[in-house]
Amino acid sequence: MQKLLLLGAEAIAQGAIDGGMSGVYAYPGTPSTEITEYVQHYELAKERNIHSKWSANEKTAMETGLGMSYAGKRAMVCMKHVGLNVAADAFINSAITGTNGGLIVTVADDPSMHSSQNEQDSRVYGKFAQIPILEPSSQQEAYDMAYMGFEMSERFKVPILIRITTRLAHSRAAVERKPLIDQNEISLPSNPHQFVLLPNFARIQYKGLLNSFSGFIEGSEQSSFNEYREGSDKTLGILACGLAYNYLMENFHDKTLNYPLLKIGQYPMPRAKVEKLMAECDEVLVLEDGYPMIEEVLKGYTGKENVKGRLDGTIPRDGELNPNIVAQALGFEEKKKEKLLDDAELKEIIKARPPAMCTGCGHIDAYNALNEALSDYSVGRVFSDIGCYTLGALPPFNAINSCVDMGASITMAKGAADSGLIPAVAVIGDSTFTHSGMTGLIDAVNENSPITILISDNFTTGMTGGQDSAALGKIEDICEGIGVDPAHIKVFVPMKKNHDEMVRIIREELEFDGVSVIIPRRQCIQTTRNIELNNRITELNLR
Amino acid sequence: MKTDIILAGVGGQGILSIAATIGMAAIANNLQIKQAEVHGMSQRGGAVQSHFRLSSNPIASDLIPRGKADIILSVEPMEALRYLDFLKPEGWIVTNAAPFINISNYPEIESVLNKLKSRKNTIILDADTIAKDLGSARSSNIVMLGAASPFIDLPYKAFEDAIKEIFLRKGDKVIEANIKALRAGREFADKR
Repeated sequence: MQKLLLLGAEAIAQGAIDGGMSGVYAYPGTPSTEITEYVQHYELAKERNIHSKWSANEKTAMETGLGMSYAGKRAMVCMKHVGLNVAADAFINSAITGTNGGLIVTVADDPSMHSSQNEQDSRVYGKFAQIPILEPSSQQEAYDMAYMGFEMSERFKVPILIRITTRLAHSRAAVERKPLIDQNEISLPSNPHQFVLLPNFARIQYKGLLNSFSGFIEGSEQSSFNEYREGSDKTLGILACGLAYNYLMENFHDKTLNYPLLKIGQYPMPRAKVEKLMAECDEVLVLEDGYPMIEEVLKGYTGKENVKGRLDGTIPRDGELNPNIVAQALGFEEKKKEKLLDDAELKEIIKARPPAMCTGCGHIDAYNALNEALSDYSVGRVFSDIGCYTLGALPPFNAINSCVDMGASITMAKGAADSGLIPAVAVIGDSTFTHSGMTGLIDAVNENSPITILISDNFTTGMTGGQDSAALGKIEDICEGIGVDPAHIKVFVPMKKNHDEMVRIIREELEFDGVSVIIPRRQCIQTTRNIELNNRITELNLR
Repeated sequence: MKTDIILAGVGGQGILSIAATIGMAAIANNLQIKQAEVHGMSQRGGAVQSHFRLSSNPIASDLIPRGKADIILSVEPMEALRYLDFLKPEGWIVTNAAPFINISNYPEIESVLNKLKSRKNTIILDADTIAKDLGSARSSNIVMLGAASPFIDLPYKAFEDAIKEIFLRKGDKVIEANIKALRAGREFADKR
């Protein structure tokens, strides 16, 4: 079959397309974005009429994917790890309803927080939902798992979670394709109550899920993704999950691995294989990217001392694994800080180069105006959100005091105002506003909270690379519809020449005892060559 | 055969184009590759790196172990130093001399270059000026690839072919400019 050079994220997309997917549903989020983008730009996906437009947030994506599964077709839902927090209600309950058409939820974790606010481990969510999890160790496995995941979901009658990490999502390697599978025909669930989670029906469904669990374990026991390799030296056994397997093998590229090895790519854990490893080895080293989830189980409440990993300091408690960390855990390499830090001269020369807002970015002009308008007040009253504008936390702006989760700017500003911190300011982007800001705005409007909200509108989801914004051309209407007084919805173009006018408008609204929405509006400079977007902006008369 | 390369630079300087070109050349020569790159937040004018591994045998890790890289190919001099820990003691640094200054505390460029020059197996060239003199300032990254090409275990022609492929849709002019840039970098490295 054809060989392609693909990122891990793209391999998932290709596997899903070839596996008979009818729709992908997602909200952009590093490192998951490229899955959906691949489908959007793939000719075959267009020909096959595969849905691939962005959803407003991860919850709507999850629910829409579940709806497609209800109708008998195969759907994939994609998000970054924190997106699963947003989608959690739908996700957990989709395990109870179960699936009709195959449903895969692909979640990309970000250990070491390359582009995220935490490094939560989505395998814990999979365990919480009590569904099978697939964790690829290579781009080829990522393809294979997405390809066969739909059939697995239909066989087990539950959604399947595919967990990847940044490193795999954004690493490229050759992938071999499998034959293209036809999409499912539309067909409704045979049990009309399957998706009706009234307590009466939900209890039955939940018992069904619990009864399925032994089948899931059996599936893991038989799975080719879980491989036991015998070894003659039983002083140590190694359990390696997902990508950790590669870091292990990197350390044995020039020598033979004589320890028994259990490679894990499918959960729940294959019980018999794990028991064998534990029984025949003096010590067991657990290698897993993310939380010490498996290690904790093997260690048990009493803390068996022969289980090694993140909990006993053999491996650092946080951060992404790499070949050197595994070498140190195996005793192949001394545990030491980077050598660079010993060279005082180098330390002096190499300066941090953090990400920054682009030269010419509209957010910069908005922050300059906001900072000046706020100079009349004491500091510490600006609540921000997730997006490029979060970089306003860094010098020279030092403009914001919070960044927690999608939409938290408006609601935290309201809470602070409720406490007497008046005026309180929220700074949120257009796409984040329609993702999770609108509901908070209703709370603020219903209590006429004295907050000033800057919706910095650049017509795109910028930080993830310029994807569609669900808010395009709708922000004033949404705010008015929610009940913001039109007299306190102000729009301006954030540019240097408008600075004084912007400062004046912000000052006025800060003094207003109620909800104000200020919309600094200018196209993201990274998208100026996006013809389709430019046409939409002209059509909607937004400049 | 195996070459492990750290590609370094600042977001937007074109290290992913370098990676794509090497990748294309490697695949055409039936080599295996793994290439880990940086997306998302780190793109916004921040330091970016890519681990590029090519080999005639299967490659295990997507990341190059510290102390094992054969080459650091950097399009910015300070960024070349940032990943020194990854380089083998006898490994090569091939770096652009032209600094990209988007931070207020950028070090004295002389101290950066002196530090680089103090190390053997280091090639420093002003790729920005070379590209400008060729009339295609945007090909500075390909000049750098040309300068690193003697240390990558692939025939020179493989890089030219890859450039033709990668820039196919941009037309003959762009292809020709980049092939010239590649050659200029190669000549600089050969003359050292």
